[in-house]
Amino acid sequence: MAETHSSAHSPAHPALAGGAHPFPHRHLLALSALKPWEVRYLLSEAEAWVDYNRAVSRGDHRLAGMTQINAFFEPSTRTALSFEIAGKRLGADVVNLGVSGSSVKKGETLLDTALTLDAMRPDVIVIRHGSSGAVQLIAEKLGCPVLNAGDGRHEHPTQALLDALTIRRRKGRIEGLTVAICGDILHSRVARSNFQLLASLGAKVRAVAPPTLMPPFIEGLGVDPYTDMAAGLDGVDVVMMLRLQTERMVGAFLPSTREYFRFFGLTEARLARAKPDVLVMHPGPMNRGVEIESAIADDIVRSAVTEQVEMGVAVRMACLDVLTRARRGISGWTA
Amino acid sequence: MTLAPRPLCLRGGRVICPASGHDAVSNVMVAGRVIVGMGDAPPPSDADVVDCSGLVVAPGLVDAGVFRADARACQLGGITRAVLMPDQTPPLDDPALVSFARGQGKPDVWVHPLVAGTRGLAGSELAELGLAREAGAVGVATGRAGIASAQVMHRLLAYAANFDMVVVVHAEDPALTEDAVATEGEYATRLGLAAAPAFAEAMAIARDVRLAEACGARLHIRQVTTAEGLDEVRAARARGVRVTAGVTPGHWMLNETALAGFRSFCRLSPPLRCEEDRLAVVEGLRDGTISVVASGHDPKSMEAKRQPFADAAPGMAGAETLLALSLSLVRDGVLTLPRLLGALSTVPAGLFGLAGGSLAMGQPADLVVFDEGAPWRIGPERFAGASNTPFDGLPVAGLVRRTIKGGDILWSG
Repeated sequence: MAETHSSAHSPAHPALAGGAHPFPHRHLLALSALKPWEVRYLLSEAEAWVDYNRAVSRGDHRLAGMTQINAFFEPSTRTALSFEIAGKRLGADVVNLGVSGSSVKKGETLLDTALTLDAMRPDVIVIRHGSSGAVQLIAEKLGCPVLNAGDGRHEHPTQALLDALTIRRRKGRIEGLTVAICGDILHSRVARSNFQLLASLGAKVRAVAPPTLMPPFIEGLGVDPYTDMAAGLDGVDVVMMLRLQTERMVGAFLPSTREYFRFFGLTEARLARAKPDVLVMHPGPMNRGVEIESAIADDIVRSAVTEQVEMGVAVRMACLDVLTRARRGISGWTA
Repeated sequence: MTLAPRPLCLRGGRVICPASGHDAVSNVMVAGRVIVGMGDAPPPSDADVVDCSGLVVAPGLVDAGVFRADARACQLGGITRAVLMPDQTPPLDDPALVSFARGQGKPDVWVHPLVAGTRGLAGSELAELGLAREAGAVGVATGRAGIASAQVMHRLLAYAANFDMVVVVHAEDPALTEDAVATEGEYATRLGLAAAPAFAEAMAIARDVRLAEACGARLHIRQVTTAEGLDEVRAARARGVRVTAGVTPGHWMLNETALAGFRSFCRLSPPLRCEEDRLAVVEGLRDGTISVVASGHDPKSMEAKRQPFADAAPGMAGAETLLALSLSLVRDGVLTLPRLLGALSTVPAGLFGLAGGSLAMGQPADLVVFDEGAPWRIGPERFAGASNTPFDGLPVAGLVRRTIKGGDILWSG
């Protein structure tokens, strides 16, 4: 570990040329705000934590004595757990604030909640909120680094980072790959963050969805839209499935889950259109038989679903480490 | 009414009366709360003289659609009459409420309420339009939203036409824009905001002008903000439908790119549009399709605006900045100054049957005196109350020097 970090700090590191530090951001709010080399820096930092997490002895408690608040204003299981494990593994004191325990339910405004959290003097806050832009709004009121764990339909940066890390490790690169993101694109922050990240790292990105779940003017984000699943999967290197939320039926977006699976489910037959070494991903939790055939999800050769979860912890450790460096007084890092 | 003030002479300003076409350096004489003369005769010895050289003297602005009867804000903005939207608490759906609202600003600013078209603005049962008219309502309005039912709208227009009351509508198809906080486009998609297509406006206009045509009703679309919506208005006017269109500064000055960073001050209703639509609004002003310019004054507390974009209340405070922002249209060569002042006073006064908007002899002495070129920067210190404006920090030119209502000088700046 020490070696990896010293190399990142060394003047030889290209991002450090001229004395700039490689991640000049106080918060991690949106990938749209990051330069490609900043994304690559976070990925390289995360890479080291993958090996560390697999080791038996894990004694690096660099965040010891720091307080990390996970404020989830929207329910979450795996992201909240992943952030908690990431923080604890680095030695931070992790406190979780769930939606049911929050004063938001008692009518407190979001900004009052933010000021209250700030007064507890945390060292880093992880926030998820159901409204696009909400995390940025809170971050403006907080004196510590903020990690966006998902804001409305806007962004979910650590998810896209872990997806990119998974792809890079499996495929050896991202540049030049064709990635199809399939499903409920309209309501998906995972899709939006991945569009930003994959396009900035040089992948060709497709959005595959029924017209009712395809955001308009998506071409403006550098994404090719497909409303035919088979055509959308033709020749792709990576298929990224999104979770279909059943409440979409009520809003007249779709007639039924069985019709959705018939035309947009990931089946063997459709997957045959992709490259033979295609990688199948899903941010979870999966609806087997709705968006993905069970056998594909469980195929350890093609499916990277559990690996994504593993990469998630590493990516979040890297983000927590990088964002707290200024507070920890690491030389060369300023807020 | 208080005792009439001493006679007043506004001396040496560029006097513009959009109603008569007068535009020359002259003196304006006021006595007994009305305009008694205009010309170059010297003021009588007992008159108070205000030197207006280098300034513009015009009819006080008639603001066609505010959400708060905010006397102080109107004075700062040179507004002497404000047409009040029925979206109050409780909604103005009853003659007694209309009557009360009408008295709110007097004597400083006269408030002319619009009665809610339907009870509680709920869009189902007609309000007592005739009784409300007797109580002082100058028109009917559907409020912040359109009426979803075409049948109710049809009946409302037919009924209002019988009293020759103008019906002020909000042109967004209610079902299509449900939950939407932005216009469909690359920006809304990038930001992950719930959006509705821009043509939701044209759909609403097409329906309402067709219904108004069938009923012979007078229709005023308070804000037309899209190219397609303006085409609907042009086509309807060409075939003789009695329809007029208005706009507020946000839609000719800003487009959807202002949403970047989730600025909730830029959450407006209708939402900001694409650049092509903004340019179409400018063209609509130029060719006269849009004949009314209003503030849409809708002050909001910080609590209502300091929210995530989708949760923030829509609307902007605008009475204070209406004139300065509108003068940009003159500097950009879109409108002549007399035409702009007409859109800000004479046309809305005529639309709602109000006195004012004219400097003819015997008209109430409602006047604004302003310095067309005086520079200033929009900021909270120039607002009467809430300063929720997307133009915060914008340098503008055009400063109100006097707001005169019924011969009383209410504001000197």
